[in-house]
Amino acid sequence: MTVLRVADARKAFGATRALDGVSLELGQGELLGLLGPNGAGKTTLVRALAGRVRLDGGTIELFGRRLSPADARDGLGVVPQELALYALLTARENLEVFGGFNGLSGAALRERVSWALEWTGLVERAREPIRRFSGGMRRRLNIACGVLHRPRVILLDEPTVGVDPQSRERIYDMLGRLRAEGVSLLLTTHQLEEAEARCERIVVLDHGRVIAAGTLAELVRDTIGARRTVTLRLDRAPAGPLAGLTDEGGGRLWRGPVGDVDADLGALLARVRAAGATVEDLEVRRPTLQAVFLHLTGRELRE
Amino acid sequence: MIRSILRVHAINLRRDRPAQVMTFVVPIAFFTIFALVFGGTRAGTRRVHMAVVDESHTAASARLLQALQAEKGLVVLTRAPTSPRDTTRVPIDRARAEAMVREGTVPVALVLPAGLDTSLASFGGSGVPLPLLTDPADPIAPQLVTGLLQKVVMAGMPDLFMGGGVNQFERHTGPLTPRQRQAVDQWLPRLRAASDRRLAGGAPADSGADSARGAALSGLVKVELVPVLGRREDTSIVSFYAAAIAVMFLLFMVSAVAGTLLDEVDSGTLERVLSTRVGMTRLLAGKWLWLTLIGVLQIAVMFVYGMLVFRLDLLSHLPGFAVMTLFTAATAAGFGLFLATLCRTRAQLGGFSLLVILVMSALGGSMFPRYMMPAGMQKAGLVTFNAWALDGYVKVFWREAPLGALLPQLGVLAAWLVVFLVAARFFARRWERA
Repeated sequence: MTVLRVADARKAFGATRALDGVSLELGQGELLGLLGPNGAGKTTLVRALAGRVRLDGGTIELFGRRLSPADARDGLGVVPQELALYALLTARENLEVFGGFNGLSGAALRERVSWALEWTGLVERAREPIRRFSGGMRRRLNIACGVLHRPRVILLDEPTVGVDPQSRERIYDMLGRLRAEGVSLLLTTHQLEEAEARCERIVVLDHGRVIAAGTLAELVRDTIGARRTVTLRLDRAPAGPLAGLTDEGGGRLWRGPVGDVDADLGALLARVRAAGATVEDLEVRRPTLQAVFLHLTGRELRE
Repeated sequence: MIRSILRVHAINLRRDRPAQVMTFVVPIAFFTIFALVFGGTRAGTRRVHMAVVDESHTAASARLLQALQAEKGLVVLTRAPTSPRDTTRVPIDRARAEAMVREGTVPVALVLPAGLDTSLASFGGSGVPLPLLTDPADPIAPQLVTGLLQKVVMAGMPDLFMGGGVNQFERHTGPLTPRQRQAVDQWLPRLRAASDRRLAGGAPADSGADSARGAALSGLVKVELVPVLGRREDTSIVSFYAAAIAVMFLLFMVSAVAGTLLDEVDSGTLERVLSTRVGMTRLLAGKWLWLTLIGVLQIAVMFVYGMLVFRLDLLSHLPGFAVMTLFTAATAAGFGLFLATLCRTRAQLGGFSLLVILVMSALGGSMFPRYMMPAGMQKAGLVTFNAWALDGYVKVFWREAPLGALLPQLGVLAAWLVVFLVAARFFARRWERA
């Protein structure tokens, strides 16, 4: 079931088209990765979804209801990239304040604050001013402040930027618990490995347009193709060239594409043996999201 | 190496406008204001407004009144309406003169009592003293008027003064010979005629400063200072400075606290808050309410401290204090939000608010009482809302004014509050939806 639908979203700032007809859908319980180089339009799209940018054209539907910028977005949670917290307040006080901003009060607020402290692993540090917190702790609290009011759709802008691997794992554990409850997540990130590992579907934005969308396999297939890269390290240089491979290291390191691993790899190894060499090491690499991303957006710096 | 350090600082200063304002504009602005207040030009020198009550109704009192009116250092009022709504002006009597001093209409009022003639040239003798009704709020005006009075009598009534002197001479040394008496009787009318010609032709344009030198002659005309407010001057001046300092630091406080709005912009917190149910209007309202509350507390702490340490009489003025403090804090809170929403960055706010608040405090009377400034500067001060706030506190603590008398001050503060809040809301639109 689609919970969030964006159709033909357009927004210009002066002569710059930040969004130039963006369309995407987010399903219930889905984790959708929104990728793109700097200035691609990701932040403008997230701000439009949060009601902070007025679109020039196009529509946004949340749970089937068309939203104007001024409409309340009670079902939506926003987690900004910035650590948008009050530094002199404790973790509990921050949660109470942001819960209040989202309309929670009384017993409901207390219950959600207790849940959030447990969810983030900050129960023991609840009464400390957050300026003493590590980056990872602040990141977790930053997320919690955006989900206290039980939103069914959450927009996460770079939720793991600048944190160590342990905190990153913890954050994805937290997000996993939300997804298990049916919450849908739209995640913008530059961490391509994370997106590759965590997101079910990926949307790539560039110059305000969706230039690719789908699962990683679909993106690979539609861009650089599904061929794997095989790398062979030999005990000695073969008697002659190995067809389909390129010598990349004094005759002992060879690399080349393989269309069908099951069918082609055996024949390749047979050719090596026929050439008088023995395989010491072998690596088969599938295409990465990094390769797809660079293929789609190029290697030019975006500044 | 040193050259590189100098280069970094030069570039920083060139690109840092608040620092440029602090370094060059603020000192010049201050120099200008204080030069206008304390230096002035001859034309801008302060003239003392003085009510005069003629209880003598003699030729001598009429001549003294005429001489006082001709004195450039004085603005003499002899008639006044009986009430603010009354347009007809009647001669000022002693009760009205007291009321005028009490209300702050004039800082001094001179009474020309019955038996005035004996006061002139009595040389500290048995003459009736001239009561000078004074306002402790203005310690300078009575000194100025006393000095001017001596000078006016000497310059404007020389015949009476000399006649009195001759009488004193005769009393202590015996009567003049008939020939001496004849010579004096012929000389005194000539002296008066010369004086009349001079008054008719306009008195010399003496400045107050020149005239004040006449104060050295005090004692020629016997003057009795009568404070009409019946309050201790030292505690009155404490209440003035409690208000003056409290209001100035209130402005600094609201500017600093309202600046958290710009911090929230920088940290992304404002963007996040505006993504919740809290709209910009509600956010500003909340901040305004907080600034008002903390402002009330700040002023209250200052006055309570004044009461405990300097015997400031707070408790008998509580209603007026409460009303003035609430309106002053509320308006200052609006002012803080206006500044914060006007500025783009915290650094800009710091430099700009320092300049504006210091200028406002100087003009508005927090650094130097407005009633001691030249008339033009006093009027200029009224464009600042803090001047009205201080006027209100002066009315409460010095003039014992009833709450109704505060309406002009409260009205102006309320009007400024509306202007500040509307402007703040307008400028805050830039943080709303793009």
